[in-house]
Amino acid sequence: MTAINFPARFEYLDEIRDFVGENARACGFSERDVYSIQLAADEAASNVIEHAYEGISNASFEFVCDYRDDRLVITVIDHGKPFDPSKVALPDIKADLSDRKIGGLGIFLMRKLMDEVRYEITPSGNRLTLVKRKG
Amino acid sequence: MEISIKEFKHCNMVSVTGRVDSATAPQFSQTMDAQMEKGVFKLVVDMSGLEYMSSAGFRALLAAQRNCKRYNRGEVFLASVPDRIREALELAGFTELFKTFADPLEAVGGF
Repeated sequence: MTAINFPARFEYLDEIRDFVGENARACGFSERDVYSIQLAADEAASNVIEHAYEGISNASFEFVCDYRDDRLVITVIDHGKPFDPSKVALPDIKADLSDRKIGGLGIFLMRKLMDEVRYEITPSGNRLTLVKRKG
Repeated sequence: MEISIKEFKHCNMVSVTGRVDSATAPQFSQTMDAQMEKGVFKLVVDMSGLEYMSSAGFRALLAAQRNCKRYNRGEVFLASVPDRIREALELAGFTELFKTFADPLEAVGGF
């Protein structure tokens, strides 16, 4: 299990993607899966920065990667406003250009790219769990 | 992320390389907006050097497509979309909103 604290700022998204990417590669995921995992982690982080920590500039969040039973489990722990991605309405991806909603896309991708997306509010912070199975 | 602009007779090409995410998407968006402010509503986005694009980049593309299409025959074409990025655009249902071309110059010729 590896864990790192990152400043909750968009400039750190590169490092967050590198962190989860290195973990996913070390677990033997294909490059295609590594990209999906990096994209899902980026969307999760971007949502926390944008919504949970809205208006807060010096916050941080923790990323934990754990691999067991052929599953990579990424946990994102923040201490901001509760923001449950599973409660966000999914965008209509068949809508015409003029009716396309701008919001909800990151969450939609997260759910499509990962096998499981869970959200819990705990005394130690808000926990978003992303699970990718190998193969 | 780096962006360069090439002007053609009927359109401008916006070549974007590196990574477009929540940190860099605003600059990508501003570059496309600047073309429209100059009266150019036919844009080819050359993605041949693009390594990564998150939904922040997708939103920038969607906004540009909406703005360009408001004008007579204005449109955003996508060219040389790398496989991983195309797969994510497909997941988001974006490939139906953009004409895509294998080659940037082919896209320029499409206008």
